[in-house]
Amino acid sequence: MTTPLVEMRDISIAFGGVHAVDHVSVDLFPGEVVGLLGHNGAGKSTLIKILSGAYRADSGQILIDGKPVEIHNPRDARACKIETIYQTLALADNLDAASNLFLGRELVTPLGFVDDDAMEAETRKIMARLNPNFRKFSVPVSALSGGQRQSVAIARAVYFDARILIMDEPTAALGPHETQMVAELIEQLKAQGIGIFLISHDIHDVMKLCDRASVMKNGKLVGTVKVADVTDDDLLGMIILGKPPTRAA
Amino acid sequence: MAEISQNTPKKRGLIEALDLDMRLIGMIGALLAIALAFNLATGGNFLSPRNIFNLTIQTVSVAIMATGMVFVIVTRNIDLSVGALLAICSAMMAMTQARWLPGALGLELGSPLIAPLTVLVGLAVGTLIGAMNGWLIGYLTIPAFIVTLGGFLIWRFAGWYLTSGQTIAPLDQTFLLFGGAEGTLGETWSWIAGLALSLVALWAIWSARRSKLAHEFPVKPLGAELALAGVAVAAILGFVAVLNAYAIPKGKLRRMFEAQGLELPDGYSAGHGLPFSVLILIAVAVAMTLVARKTRFGRYIFATGGNPDAAELSGINTRMLTVKVFALMGFLCGLSAIVASARLQSHANDIGTLDELRVIAAAVIGGTALAGGSGTIYGAILGALIMQSLTSGMGMVGVDSPLQNIVVGAVLVLAVWIDIQYRKRWGKP
Repeated sequence: MTTPLVEMRDISIAFGGVHAVDHVSVDLFPGEVVGLLGHNGAGKSTLIKILSGAYRADSGQILIDGKPVEIHNPRDARACKIETIYQTLALADNLDAASNLFLGRELVTPLGFVDDDAMEAETRKIMARLNPNFRKFSVPVSALSGGQRQSVAIARAVYFDARILIMDEPTAALGPHETQMVAELIEQLKAQGIGIFLISHDIHDVMKLCDRASVMKNGKLVGTVKVADVTDDDLLGMIILGKPPTRAA
Repeated sequence: MAEISQNTPKKRGLIEALDLDMRLIGMIGALLAIALAFNLATGGNFLSPRNIFNLTIQTVSVAIMATGMVFVIVTRNIDLSVGALLAICSAMMAMTQARWLPGALGLELGSPLIAPLTVLVGLAVGTLIGAMNGWLIGYLTIPAFIVTLGGFLIWRFAGWYLTSGQTIAPLDQTFLLFGGAEGTLGETWSWIAGLALSLVALWAIWSARRSKLAHEFPVKPLGAELALAGVAVAAILGFVAVLNAYAIPKGKLRRMFEAQGLELPDGYSAGHGLPFSVLILIAVAVAMTLVARKTRFGRYIFATGGNPDAAELSGINTRMLTVKVFALMGFLCGLSAIVASARLQSHANDIGTLDELRVIAAAVIGGTALAGGSGTIYGAILGALIMQSLTSGMGMVGVDSPLQNIVVGAVLVLAVWIDIQYRKRWGKP
């Protein structure tokens, strides 16, 4: 059996007495998409923010390629080749696409000044691949449509050779055509051996895109199932009742 | 059909192709309108070399601090303590040069060491207090408004205790060179400085164009680029010419010659040229613009102002960034204190009173948005110049001092309203 790309073991975090995540363990293999399902407030976003460095777990362990790692902040996560597409997209609206794509990792000239032209050139290259219709390179991202903003956030996550990708509700704000583009992108990234955590509350998305699904309820892990082994109703039962399906257990 | 639909974007396309900054043009237009109106009302006195010289050196102190205030406001903070900080820096420097160095350390009055040591003390005090403000705001998460409101009350009166409330004068002769009229480059060196600045401007325009061409990005038409370069060079050299045209008064010339043991030759005259304080402002403007546009620090300032959460998630240490921004603000207050106290040739307790409001107003008139995320260095400097022009213009025309403040206040509100309309219309952040 291969080593998981990511293992989150026995993770707990509490905010002022509320156990947002309570002894949860999930794992992810290379080239796999694992869906994280649950109601609002089930703890899935919190769990994933521990992996992306936005929060620090009170207890538990994170292993990458079987080795324990310490992730204290977003910089540590990036160093572990973990990239995140946040539900809010986390874009600085007043900056252009290239500045957002390279935010925190600017390309600099030999004198140490930021090299805007080089960053724009790189942005044009990756956008030609991800969203060929994207033209607005020199305006602030506040002037872009929802789909265009999403593609900037996606470009930022995939540009830096991520091995582990976290997508928090990537299609929530998108139209059908753009949702299809995201689905195709996920297939491409899987083929490259990238592991993806996909947070969603849309069961159909998960059934279509994921290999396995982990369901959370009230901060606890209900169970992890192979998507091929279960029906929509089984997953729905796990989300609502908080019990693993008897057949697949 | 195609022809019709092409028509409207073309007009807008021309402005975009030239990449003209409408806000910059608007502010220069406003400044010119004010200057011409006062010039008419004062029978040509307002735009005389002498008045332009005075206007410039009066603006320097507020303008230097306004460039720092841009960064503070862009990161969604405010600094109400800059006037008080200027006062404590000035008090520390006055004590250093007039009391401590000559007294305790036994340096002779007029020793060449006094001025540099004094300057170092002023800059260090400003930077340290600024960094402390930043630490209270960034790490202890006390709102900037409160921290600097406290500082506003604390620092001016800390300076008061330091000097026992006395006005300290005279100051060191070398130190006074930073004030403006006492320290100028003279005509020849002013031309050389003007030419050097022109070359820097031309090089900046040329290298930006070359980089764009290397990446095969669209560039402005060559003619437009040359025209802009011409305007820049003409503005720089025109400014130098005006300052050179302001002749040094006969009595002062005679004293300058006597100081060197010479006699003033008959019919000899000399112009002031660029004051050192204005050179400092130019250096600050260039450096701060570079920081804002071409460094990671500047990029992070604007990113944090645009979306603090996104900046944090991108791995930017926004707390440390706050400390750095306020430390820079403090450093600039120290620099302004040098210019202000040297210009007044003394330290008094009321130095820099109300400067915090002038500095904030300059930044805001210059298009810095209090919501954070947008602002320019040149805008803040032009804002300071517009306010100073209004104040001294009204003074020359004989407007009562209460009315002067009323007008400046109304202009502030009007400027922000115009800026809001501009943002709506052009969709600029």
